[in-house]
Amino acid sequence: MALSRDWMYENNGGTCVAIAGADYCVVAADTRLSIGYSIYTRDYSKICNLAEKCVLASSGFQGDIKALQKNLAARHLIYQHQHNKQMSCPAMAQLLSNTLYFKRFFPYYAFNVLGGLDNEGKGCVFTYDAVGSYERVGYSAQGSGSTLVMPILDNQLKTPSPLLLPARDAVTPLSEADAVDMVKDVFASATERDIYTGDKLEIVILNASGVRREFIDLRKD
Amino acid sequence: MKLDTTGLESFASFHGEMDDLHGEFWAPPSFDLPVCADFDGFQKNAIQMVKPAKGTTTLAFVFKEGIIVAAESRTSMGGYVASQNVKKIVEINPYMIATVAGGAADCIFWHRNLGMKCRLYELENKRRISVAGASKLLTNMLYSYRGMGLSIGTMVAGCDEMGPSLYYVDSEGGRLKGSRFSVGSGSPYAYAVLDNGYRYDMPTGEAAELARRAIYHATFRDGASGGVAVVYHVGPDGWKKISGDDVRELHDKYYPAVQVPPEQEMMQVPPV
Repeated sequence: MALSRDWMYENNGGTCVAIAGADYCVVAADTRLSIGYSIYTRDYSKICNLAEKCVLASSGFQGDIKALQKNLAARHLIYQHQHNKQMSCPAMAQLLSNTLYFKRFFPYYAFNVLGGLDNEGKGCVFTYDAVGSYERVGYSAQGSGSTLVMPILDNQLKTPSPLLLPARDAVTPLSEADAVDMVKDVFASATERDIYTGDKLEIVILNASGVRREFIDLRKD
Repeated sequence: MKLDTTGLESFASFHGEMDDLHGEFWAPPSFDLPVCADFDGFQKNAIQMVKPAKGTTTLAFVFKEGIIVAAESRTSMGGYVASQNVKKIVEINPYMIATVAGGAADCIFWHRNLGMKCRLYELENKRRISVAGASKLLTNMLYSYRGMGLSIGTMVAGCDEMGPSLYYVDSEGGRLKGSRFSVGSGSPYAYAVLDNGYRYDMPTGEAAELARRAIYHATFRDGASGGVAVVYHVGPDGWKKISGDDVRELHDKYYPAVQVPPEQEMMQVPPV
């Protein structure tokens, strides 16, 4: 739908992926920003460091996403002043869910993936819909290329459901290096078949020693 | 129309003295509304664009030993399966549970809100809230938002002083007390199996198996239902999760594959 007084959303495209491991979390997103068939920039970061151990990657309408990120960063600052510590990833996950739901009747057009380390140092990934429904998962993809990426991740990383009774053991997750390689492969494939994904891939890796960032070139066509 | 946001006042700010920090972050949270001529049209288009996660077959029934509550675990965003492992039976407190059907975000948010109100009731009145009271609190809140596009079809089940009680509450403002309900897109299929096998004086094991079978059949025929069939039992001592089975395995259990002997076997042609 075109922009008008009654319709103020745009889809800027892009894909975000996150994978959680035993002691690390990998969050990745491409850096292309598009409107319709045009590419506006090849160098736009969709990833935001909300807290020391908490990283948000969002795809959708980047105007709403910018506002959402600023909102969360401000709330996090207030939390730090009140509690004298950083927000944990699960706490930030709930805050994001409530922030999204309070715009239930005028939604943030943002498809989010939150990645980080929980209080025990284990990797956690939370995946959201646009109005705040969320779930802790081992891996997730959101955005225009998500339908291309999720089947591959399901094939490689799927574990028995946590709802099963009696509980089943989860399969041993990947090593950090393997997870980063998988993310690169998955984006290379998504870039081939999704017009909104490409240009550059930004990968953020969180582990006990801190945060690391890598950039990989993707196809620019 | 003035919205009843009293349900949101429980987490209002407590820093009365900090006047200089008054502003968006200290005010009690409230819903942002778009400024546009056609609110309904906007909501319809926004929901179509955003495709919030929806969840789909749940059932509950009262019998001699209490209440059985069962659900599957798939959420879909439009035609895409968003998750196969969502919890659709949420615990409000140790003796009351509720089901999630319709919009996932809507149900989870309002159930959490209900849980907070139930706890406040307990603290103010020094006794547990009845299931009738809890479902009434939820209905009154949802009625304020009637017509605005919330999608919630939930059942509240619990054992209180009146015995086991089951209420169906929806986002249109409806509230029904009953002994057998199924909610969601797969509910017709679940009703068929449930109504066929139901007896008030079943033992718990048989009741749980009936619920499991009903959910399995709903997942078999409804594309929006699937994943894991979860069954809970609510008794006078509280709720307990009885089982969680992948519906793929239930299929093999109920309808094991039969080996059909081949009518004709292909023979390998010897190389010329």
